[in-house]
Amino acid sequence: MSELHRLSAVDLQGLLASREVSAREVTDAFLARIDQVDGAVHSFLHVNQAARDTADAIDQKRQAGEDLPATAGLPLAVKDVLCTMDMPTTSGSRILEGWVPPYDATVVKKYREAGMVALGKTNMDEFAMGSSTEHSGYGPTKNPWDLERVPGGSGGGSAAAVSAFEAPLALGSDTGGSIRQPAALTGTVGMKPTYGGVSRYGVIALASSLDQVGPVARTVVDTALLHDVIAGYDRHDSTSIPDPWPSMAEAALAASASPNLKGLKIGRVVQLDTDGFQPGVRQRFTQMLELAEQHGAEIVDIEAPHFDYAVAAYYLILPAEASSNLAKYDSVRFGMRVTPESGQVTVEDVMAATREAGFGDEVKRRIILGTYALSAGYYDAYYGSAQQVRTLIQRDFQKAFESVDVLLTPSAPTTAFRLGEQLDDPLAMYANDLTTIPANLAGVPGLSLPAGLAPEDGLPVGVQVMAPAFQDRRLYEVGAALEALVRERDGSHVSELVPEPGANRAGAQA
Amino acid sequence: MSDITPDTVRHLAGLARIALDESEVTRLTTELGAIVGAVEKVNEVVSDDVEPTSHPIPLGNVSRDDVVGDTLTTEQALAGAPDHDGSRFRVTAILGEEE
Repeated sequence: MSELHRLSAVDLQGLLASREVSAREVTDAFLARIDQVDGAVHSFLHVNQAARDTADAIDQKRQAGEDLPATAGLPLAVKDVLCTMDMPTTSGSRILEGWVPPYDATVVKKYREAGMVALGKTNMDEFAMGSSTEHSGYGPTKNPWDLERVPGGSGGGSAAAVSAFEAPLALGSDTGGSIRQPAALTGTVGMKPTYGGVSRYGVIALASSLDQVGPVARTVVDTALLHDVIAGYDRHDSTSIPDPWPSMAEAALAASASPNLKGLKIGRVVQLDTDGFQPGVRQRFTQMLELAEQHGAEIVDIEAPHFDYAVAAYYLILPAEASSNLAKYDSVRFGMRVTPESGQVTVEDVMAATREAGFGDEVKRRIILGTYALSAGYYDAYYGSAQQVRTLIQRDFQKAFESVDVLLTPSAPTTAFRLGEQLDDPLAMYANDLTTIPANLAGVPGLSLPAGLAPEDGLPVGVQVMAPAFQDRRLYEVGAALEALVRERDGSHVSELVPEPGANRAGAQA
Repeated sequence: MSDITPDTVRHLAGLARIALDESEVTRLTTELGAIVGAVEKVNEVVSDDVEPTSHPIPLGNVSRDDVVGDTLTTEQALAGAPDHDGSRFRVTAILGEEE
């Protein structure tokens, strides 16, 4: 079983349940894989050496005939935004270097109860601010498809980890696309659930009205499997939705086994399929619509005029909320403390010096922007107007879902761009999320899955499916069906085509 | 139009408790000017009759019985602090000499 690391979570689950392999063997396989490739990819900020002990404990229980959850022994990678009592938690920031939280996030508690084995913490843009993982305080993650390109962000570490077969599953968080855009750029799958579907307790906050934790994997079914582990009401999160959720995995497995799109109405958002998108992205997106149509779906053009204002509204609301949330990094209760050397200093001087040293450029930029948007005299013109745009975007969604079941868009305007290419141009970087941001502003779920490779550069293209709030299951049904149809058409899944890190990909330009 | 000046940036950085050197002030003045210029397009489409949305999913207030839940011990709460005396966080002087 030397290729255990290439198996899907569902297949690994079967082998574990039948005791053909032990949790220890599975864990060893992934730790060896991380050891082999992570020097080049840098998905992980921390590798969990205690993973083997966790796996051994699962094996002992299974040997003893204990009744274990089906997921027991499955490994996963954990975005460093989630508080873990047994691993350092930094949110990609130097200001929290080495910090070990005194409590677990609710989703962490849930994967522990599910018997899952954490392989480590994955790299991310600092405090999830970015679309390339280059804003990490610990150096960028590389895209496994091309080590000179970004994996997207902020969850580039989780996406690269599953893409490079360093983990079958990973956890992400998505405030404006941080799960879906990296999924698109690495040829993997990522889901942002309905806002409130997964607890935010113990998730280091970026923008509280937008943040949502979600699953990352290589296939829709595996993504659904992890979704079922983490979803559900949590009394520790006052925005948590009390309603129970249906099984996403069951829906995905059924749709994957017999894909059926008959009668499904798919909306093509006119505003998110324009000349501004890379030609290969548009081509694969159009082919996905055609494929759906061939299998019985009806394609309807949808106007969502206020989506054109989503990025602008987002870059007022997010910095405003972030400037407040990040006030807690004050050098008192946790993290870094820098004391200026000159003369008489007060605690405020220490705070300012600490935040100067501990925060990176993008974090400073957004905190200061948010402080501006919330300041007296500007509040109504900026933050207030942005909140009104949010209402208009919600209305666009409501109107769209009166005539269609799901919306389909490209997951990102381009394939993976080169490291450094957009680092000094914040506005160019912000535009990477123009397709994903509307879902966060409206709270609706969005799923990104691979659509093929762009002909011009041989890099993965993702499509995003969106549904009304609470209809997460519909995304897994449609996503799994589309995935199965693409596999049938192409004879392979995009995630299987990734080269070994450092090797040339097929179709790459010289 | 954006009215971000170096003095605006210095003032905002002071409010946000972030020390900046002069080169950062210069760079941020340009960058924030460009960003504010781009995001102010939100004003093009809004009018007084549009209600603002602060939260994506309508939810009522959440209340619960007033009982002790999971809490941290003093030791746990202090464990990650840069400085403490065993029962409290220790900080630099709160007031400067002239105050």
